[in-house]
Amino acid sequence: MSSDLRELYQQVILDHNRSPRNFKELPNATKRVEGYNPLCGDHYTVFVELDGDVIKDISFTGNGCAISKSSASVMTSSVKGKRTDDAEKMFETFHKLVLGEPAGLSEAELGRLAAFSGVSEFPARVKCATLAWHTLHSALQGEQEVVTTE
Amino acid sequence: MTAVLPERRTEYDVERIRRDFPILHRTIRGKPLVYLDNAATTQKPQAVIDRLVRYYSEENSNVHRGVHYLSEVATAAYESARTTVKKFVNARDEKEIVFTRGTTEGINLVMSSWGRRNVAAGDEILITAIEHHSNIVPWQLLCEEKNAKLRIAPVNDAGDVIVDEFAKLLTRRTKIVAFGHASNALGTINPVKKMIAMAHANGSVVLVDGAQGVPHLDVDVQDLDCDFYAFSGHKVYGPTGIGVLYGKQALLEAMPPYQGGGDMILSVSFEKTTYNALPYKFEAGTPDISGVIGLAAALDYVGSIGLRKIAAHEHDLLLYATARLKEIPGLRIIGTAAEKASVISFTLEGVHPHDIGTILDQEGIAVRTGHHCAQPLMMRFNVPATGRASFGLYNTREEADALIAGLTKVIEIFHG
Repeated sequence: MSSDLRELYQQVILDHNRSPRNFKELPNATKRVEGYNPLCGDHYTVFVELDGDVIKDISFTGNGCAISKSSASVMTSSVKGKRTDDAEKMFETFHKLVLGEPAGLSEAELGRLAAFSGVSEFPARVKCATLAWHTLHSALQGEQEVVTTE
Repeated sequence: MTAVLPERRTEYDVERIRRDFPILHRTIRGKPLVYLDNAATTQKPQAVIDRLVRYYSEENSNVHRGVHYLSEVATAAYESARTTVKKFVNARDEKEIVFTRGTTEGINLVMSSWGRRNVAAGDEILITAIEHHSNIVPWQLLCEEKNAKLRIAPVNDAGDVIVDEFAKLLTRRTKIVAFGHASNALGTINPVKKMIAMAHANGSVVLVDGAQGVPHLDVDVQDLDCDFYAFSGHKVYGPTGIGVLYGKQALLEAMPPYQGGGDMILSVSFEKTTYNALPYKFEAGTPDISGVIGLAAALDYVGSIGLRKIAAHEHDLLLYATARLKEIPGLRIIGTAAEKASVISFTLEGVHPHDIGTILDQEGIAVRTGHHCAQPLMMRFNVPATGRASFGLYNTREEADALIAGLTKVIEIFHG
């Protein structure tokens, strides 16, 4: 296997793809936004339960490739219990990471998000990695319609 | 499990053919290119590339206009290309060959010109469940505009149109019936001759979307008796941006122009404009002259090998690759019609097609992944997307083997 592929499909990604965390509907969601990538058919719904400006609970449902699904899973685990502006900052960092730009954080600070560093070698897959994040961003901005990464 | 593999055919010199396609000799990420995305577009032989270069180096001029030498040369080449196309699909007359941008524009031309004049409120348009978006959306636009109904003939689990259901949907309100010769997503070859006869018996006009027909099948529009047949140059080893609409002369004569502009008129005044004769009535503006000439070079190339030989070679690859794909655990072939073009759509348990595409790409293998512009069909088979390997006249059994090795790698990565 090429080292680029090994970097892309890291164990964290394969694990979250196989057993996605927070993969369910959220009955008490205050926000529910759909994310759709028409190019490859990736389609997710992100549920957010806000308590003031804190993400009290978050989940997702839907279908798509390993990169988009594991990213959604890692995202929900990473932002749960965080303040909304911290979640937005995390999205910025994540975006830089998958574009191969310096994120200004160490691997330890990035935590599980670091598993997506290999995406930068695959420009066609950046949209997959960021779909759930774009969807969360819209939910936090109060938008309710379908978000696409096209 | 080892499948019984079909015996190799030997009379087809694929290695000699491969030498005609320069792109097949490049590497992708350090690996030899294995190009299995022919249903999306085909590679171009040197003869087509050379013809385009020669046109622009020695013949470039506008057609049907100048009295000067180059315009005569360009016009002669352009019109001789029309004759090549006429012969290739066995139309009665050059007047029946209209150059378009591609299959999509051909279908839109018929929808816009024939459809707007002949379809009224309450009328019906019949298509099938395996159509490409380009043979769905134009008819939806017309139905919306005219308050007509779009009816869909269903497919069975193998991906065959259910002909009995198709028959039931032919009513006295069915004005036009439109279906693909072969499905880009599943490979199914429709029993077009039979379906055309049924539609004609019902008094309906028939359009065949031949985008996947012309590259794989010996098309004879007179034998088929279709009213319209649309196809694209780039899927039959020609340039992109050029296509053909065949239409029966009487129908084309009665249709209003599709677009207005130069070349499609005989005389223009602010009081009255007289339209040009066929086929120029439907070719407004300066056409894609180099595209037309390149297309003729492609059809000459294909003709020099022979479509029957090409079809036999591709069928051999289809059977071989299908047998080998069946060896892969968890692989499901979507579309198992008895009559298929060399297109294999598949899913792999636990792996999304997009991930398959990325991993195969690292091996130099180009396949299509996604919904193949046939979302309703994907829904019918309850899959969001598939991987698709489609074979052309230059593919080999060794390339099918490379696909199998690549898919084995996909499984290693995903299932350890």
